[in-house]
Amino acid sequence: MKILTGNDLKSGAVVWWTGVGWSLDVNDSADVGDHGAAIIAREEGAQNVFAAYVVDGARTDEGVRPSHIKERIRALGPTVRPDLTLKPSDPEAVNWVI
Amino acid sequence: MYKYDEYDHQMVATRVEEFRDQVRRRISGELTEDQFKPLRLQNGLYLQLHAYMLRVAIPYGTLSGAQMHLLGDIADKYDRGYGHFTTRQNIQYNWIKLDQTPDALAELATVEMHAIQTSGNCIRNISSDQFAGAAADEIVDPRPYAELLRQWSSFHPEFLVLPRKFKICVIASETDRAAMRLHDIGIKIVRNDAGELGAQFYAGGGMGRTPMIAPMIRDFVPLDQLITFSEACLRVYNRYGRRDNKYKARIKILVHELGRDEYVRQVEEEFAHLLTQPIEPPLAELERIRAHFTDPAFDPSAPDDLDLSDPDFRLWVERNTTAHKQPGYVIATISLKPIGGIPGDASADQIRLMAQLGRDYSFDELRVTHAQNIVLPHVRKADLHTVWQALDGAGLATPNLDMVGDIIACPGLDYCSLANARSIPLAQKISQRFASPEKQAEIGELKVKISGCINACGHHHAGHIGILGVDKKGLENYQLSFGGSEGADTSLARITGPGFTEDGVVDAVEKATQVYLANKQGEERFLDTYRRIGMDPFKEAIYG
Ligand code: SF4
Repeated sequence: MKILTGNDLKSGAVVWWTGVGWSLDVNDSADVGDHGAAIIAREEGAQNVFAAYVVDGARTDEGVRPSHIKERIRALGPTVRPDLTLKPSDPEAVNWVI
Repeated sequence: MYKYDEYDHQMVATRVEEFRDQVRRRISGELTEDQFKPLRLQNGLYLQLHAYMLRVAIPYGTLSGAQMHLLGDIADKYDRGYGHFTTRQNIQYNWIKLDQTPDALAELATVEMHAIQTSGNCIRNISSDQFAGAAADEIVDPRPYAELLRQWSSFHPEFLVLPRKFKICVIASETDRAAMRLHDIGIKIVRNDAGELGAQFYAGGGMGRTPMIAPMIRDFVPLDQLITFSEACLRVYNRYGRRDNKYKARIKILVHELGRDEYVRQVEEEFAHLLTQPIEPPLAELERIRAHFTDPAFDPSAPDDLDLSDPDFRLWVERNTTAHKQPGYVIATISLKPIGGIPGDASADQIRLMAQLGRDYSFDELRVTHAQNIVLPHVRKADLHTVWQALDGAGLATPNLDMVGDIIACPGLDYCSLANARSIPLAQKISQRFASPEKQAEIGELKVKISGCINACGHHHAGHIGILGVDKKGLENYQLSFGGSEGADTSLARITGPGFTEDGVVDAVEKATQVYLANKQGEERFLDTYRRIGMDPFKEAIYG
């Protein structure tokens, strides 16, 4: 699947396109198919996000997972600071990144 | 320490307000990201892997207690309670919010700090010897010259859009503690046969994808021509640097392609021309700056002995303190490399504690080192035990300076959007593998340096053991190299062979230390043994 990511303008936080809006949780990602460029143009134009781009991903039993490690680390947070990731209470969270 | 004059204050305050307006226009949609990006970068605000990152300049790595304290407060108030000290002697905050950045910069301005020229193709923060003004072996404090160069290079209209970024380093001792020859321009303050002070210039050094050691281009520039000669070096680079190719745009490529002699010829020609233009600041300006860097009021009767009966204290003193030029005082280096920790990271509380110790026990001065540690430059020996106890209580008394656990590691793929692989977990694993103090003592000085990509922010080319993270078909892989040094005996590390997985490289580092210990003669360090016996025995052990 193709998923769409970018950064929130004010906070800089990594966000994922859900089909109707933007979420901090990669698991909410929608498959944008061939529509990535059009969504980027619209959403960046409306100042909702910036630095948006399309990445490859897959829907797994655990949820949506970007294919490349860099995007998985973006989706979770720094692997060396589990307390600062999106799942601070889950010590195993880092494992799906690697 | 240098204190801002009214022009400095005005410049920084004006810039903060200008940026506040730019941020307002960005958030309101008046500016697109394409329009805004160069503006935020000029103010040190990057977009990194997870969020905006703010890089704050620490000129030549020198800080007052109040400045350090505020860095801790900024970490709490605008970030997530910590900061990362970098190999450029700066600090980075990883989670800054765009709409709060102007307020953070305004607070920094209250203690004479800013983030200007910490990004972009301009002259970046000037780096220097972290022991400046304290080292027993320096001929003079290099910081007044670094400060003069800082003032010359700040907002210099001709050099704000260079072919690429430009890094200058100033030292003034034989022992190079600042990787001087791995800078675009390295300057060593020297005395000539007549006893006069002057500047020895090196140009075209650097790390990155094409590491080069800067050749000397002038053995003596009189101090009243320091700026003029620097201007000539920059002008030739600005005119002929490869703007057509980002990867060939650093001055090292120009010096290499022209050849050192031709570059020197052009610089001398430009220098002769510039001498006819009155661009050099009067020596009185240098004297004015120098007055800010006089010695603190050392106590001439400070006792010169130390009670080393506490074995833990003794170990720390042996590892982490350095001789001071003033009897009764030492230079104390605070390691930001606890076993298994994140190199260069410090919590807001730790930053404030170090600030307090700097204020109370080091004449209100601290330094940041390119090895991502903090220095208290002027500690009375009589106070050293108290300082150590306070550090120990805050997890800041790891006795490992220049040992295998004192690893330089760039942020890597945990934070950096340019990275190919993670650096920090690897540093943590190596540090844990060699956690035993006995093991570290047996191995002695061993500088391990890790970069998460070819940009080499982790100085892997200059590591006794250097490690470079690469992307191998979507998987993290690590290239190992041996034999680099950033000291007076500067050398570039050589790649051992095929790369390793993360665990594989930790094993390889351990095997390399075994080869060293088996072959070591006398007082040889790892680097000395490697230089004597060469790569083959190491390769055999690692790949055999
Ligand atoms: S070396 Fe590469 S990965 Fe590391 S901080 Fe520099 S640019 Fe980022």
